[in-house]
Amino acid sequence: MKLTINGKAHDVAASADTPLLWVLRDELGMTGTKFGCGRGLCGSCTVLADGEPIRSCSTELGDVKSKTIVTIEGLSPSLSHPLQKAWIAENVPQCGYCQAGQIMSAAGLLMKKKKPSDADIDEAMNGNLCRCGTYQRIRRAIHRASGVILSEAKDPAAASGSFAVSAPQDDTEVAR
Amino acid sequence: MSVVKVNRRDFVRLTSVATAGLALGVKLDAQPTSNNEQHPLGAFVDVGADGFVTVYVSKSDMGQGVRTSLPMIVAEELDADWKKVRVRQADLDKKYGRQGTGGSGSIRSMWTPLRQAGATARAMLAGAAAAKWGVDAKEISVANGVVSHGAHKATFAELAPAAAKLEVPKDVALKDPAKFTIIGKKANRLDNPDLLRGKSQYGIDVRLPGMLYAVVLHAPVFGSKIASIDDSKAKQVKGVKHVVRLDPIGTDMPWAGVGVVADSTWAAMKGRDALVVTWDEGAAKDENTESFRKEMHDLVTREGKRVRNDGDVDAALGATAKTLEATYEVPFLAHATMEPMNATASVTKDGLEMWLPTQFPDWAGGSAGKAVGFKPEQVKVHVTLLGGGFGRRAFPDSAIQAALMSKAAGAPVHVQWTREDDMTHDYYRPASVHRIAAGLDADGKLHAWHHRMASAGINSYVGNGEPHESETGGIDDLGYSIPNLRLEYAAAKSSVPRGWWRSVENSGNAFVVESFIDELARAAGKDPIEFHLAMLPAGKVVEPGNARMKDYAFKADRMRRAIETVRDKSGWGKPAPAGRARGFAAWWSFVTYVAQVAEVSVGKDGTPRVHRIVTAIDCGIPVNPDGVAQQIEGSIVYGLSAAMKEAITIKGGAVEQSNFHDFELLRIDEMPVVEVHVIPSTDPPSGTGEPGLPPTAPAVANAIFAATGKRLRTLPFKLS
Repeated sequence: MKLTINGKAHDVAASADTPLLWVLRDELGMTGTKFGCGRGLCGSCTVLADGEPIRSCSTELGDVKSKTIVTIEGLSPSLSHPLQKAWIAENVPQCGYCQAGQIMSAAGLLMKKKKPSDADIDEAMNGNLCRCGTYQRIRRAIHRASGVILSEAKDPAAASGSFAVSAPQDDTEVAR
Repeated sequence: MSVVKVNRRDFVRLTSVATAGLALGVKLDAQPTSNNEQHPLGAFVDVGADGFVTVYVSKSDMGQGVRTSLPMIVAEELDADWKKVRVRQADLDKKYGRQGTGGSGSIRSMWTPLRQAGATARAMLAGAAAAKWGVDAKEISVANGVVSHGAHKATFAELAPAAAKLEVPKDVALKDPAKFTIIGKKANRLDNPDLLRGKSQYGIDVRLPGMLYAVVLHAPVFGSKIASIDDSKAKQVKGVKHVVRLDPIGTDMPWAGVGVVADSTWAAMKGRDALVVTWDEGAAKDENTESFRKEMHDLVTREGKRVRNDGDVDAALGATAKTLEATYEVPFLAHATMEPMNATASVTKDGLEMWLPTQFPDWAGGSAGKAVGFKPEQVKVHVTLLGGGFGRRAFPDSAIQAALMSKAAGAPVHVQWTREDDMTHDYYRPASVHRIAAGLDADGKLHAWHHRMASAGINSYVGNGEPHESETGGIDDLGYSIPNLRLEYAAAKSSVPRGWWRSVENSGNAFVVESFIDELARAAGKDPIEFHLAMLPAGKVVEPGNARMKDYAFKADRMRRAIETVRDKSGWGKPAPAGRARGFAAWWSFVTYVAQVAEVSVGKDGTPRVHRIVTAIDCGIPVNPDGVAQQIEGSIVYGLSAAMKEAITIKGGAVEQSNFHDFELLRIDEMPVVEVHVIPSTDPPSGTGEPGLPPTAPAVANAIFAATGKRLRTLPFKLS
């Protein structure tokens, strides 16, 4: 089966009823997407399928084979996405384990609504649990990223990176 | 000739992790390249030819941010350029000292050793410069990674080779804290860039050449033994390689189970589904929450073992103007770290090597090594990131499972627990029942406090069984001036495994004490904050029983200041916004002082909504003030989630809850606005991982009382 992930085509050997999460993690070695509950109750496994947040632990491979999948590894390897920058500015992560799922849900939200309200954020994000309590900072970071997206929309010349999630532009290592 | 000098530590990292990294097609950050020799300046610091300072962090990061805050301490004394500091996790190694992480103690215990490590490395670089320039080392300046003397200038990278050859100085001067430029300022977490690109490695992410994946069928009833195993169908599942019997090993690995080892996690799960196992259930199968609660409630009607006895409580209660009695109760709680339990082990004829999201690499290494027949010298432990710990990852149970299965399989094995495994096989926060009778004198001051507590505690599960601070802490050393105070403890019996849960005994005891004090304040007709301050006379100091903790005596003035700060910042005394009421609580734990005010409204259906929690915290010198704020936000959410929603119940000796549909956690739409005020301090740093949690439940319960007149004496809150 062929699967398009982060702009690349992959030949996948797993059977069609394998949850996408385990295909990503075990067969393809993309461990950025996490396992938290296996029943779609925590959101740690969230990836985008054709721009929609899905819970990959509860989604069979066969159901997404024709879709464009984007994972945390594909958001922006150069840390250019407004959500990544906002996450850094607000110092959101603590243990960090839920954060890939949080960001992918947030990315899905911002692709639909450039200026989400607090109620929009509640609805889009309340399927993503955080045991470390970063919710307040997640909310602030989404508003911050939204502000950047809106100002870049007004002045595209100032844009430092596309927020429409697509294939990564480069694989620049950030020095550390 | 350029020599690629890779020290042994790096070699182990490169061979064990890099090959996996190359297999993933992921370029690992900041690997030593052929131009990047590393020069150790003591156990904690390397200076690289690329100009980066590597700080080895010997405590586990489970979200509390030690991988940023501990390097800040080193970088400060080293006078490094903070933008050129990288962090590496220390493997288990005696040279780092104690590596166990817990008790909100990482910064407190590493404050002086890491300041010395940074200052020592600085002295070595200055010494190398002094020798190079022929000047007095005392006249050398170091700032931002640059060493200078008059017109002479050199970078750390330039001086490191010579510095590393010098003898490590024994006594180095530490900086005057007034001159700190890194400590005390907001620092972004060093791990964020990797994390936000999906590159951070948790225990669940470990990948090794030839590694197999295992899932364990655990006995549902506590204390069970295996009766029979039929693995014939399991072995037919595609991808399954081995089935391994796992018998319990004391409290280090208390679960009977059958492991299925396969070439993928999903295949192992399907193999496990095909197992047919019968169990020998012991006495535990008769235990239920109702029977256990009955035992605890019965125990507090009788005298227990005296843990504290100040003054004469019997006489005082006989003579007081007003007495109040109440019974309080809290349930068992699961940790529910977001990353379920897991461990990776590789057993060869030479020894055991493990990759663990562990809080205690030494405990895991020792007990897993013993389980497969190796001495500590033959055991290597690498510590990964932890997707939450909260005390659960202190225990070595999954490490032992991985080691046993690797030995059986003859290959590296990663054992992965499901959420159901994790929820039903925890070392739970103990349930407890408290019966308190207290008396107010004619002036409305708290005059007597008789406290009976019953629980099946942590020390009776993993310790020597005696009543212990891990059960009675916070009450046995309660710092309020109450002339007559007696605490009695009675041990209940339970088969439920018990362990340290974020803030340990303080999690339940603070709810009980601070709620009941609120009841007493209102009975006395006093403002709850004034009532607290009246029990904290200015200048009072309570010396610790342990001489090692002499710098951390309880000081009433520090608690007064925290309370007064939160009173002022929360608007206490002024009207709350329409429909809202406020509640107050304060608690001293892990030598940190925290005061909180919660603002709550209660809907017509009885559901409480927490709008705002204001916190004042005195944790001594805050190394990373934003990190302190993160910790308070996190502890409040952890405590609030438990207070509003969480309980573990037992039926037939097994846990009834299994996933997040029946053990619900607080979600983003229930998060209050949290305001944190870090009190400026010159006291040595104390803990921030746990102290924000204990006051949260009572502050909210007290606010709910203010809003409704309903007093909540059990958790989780039930209003309707």
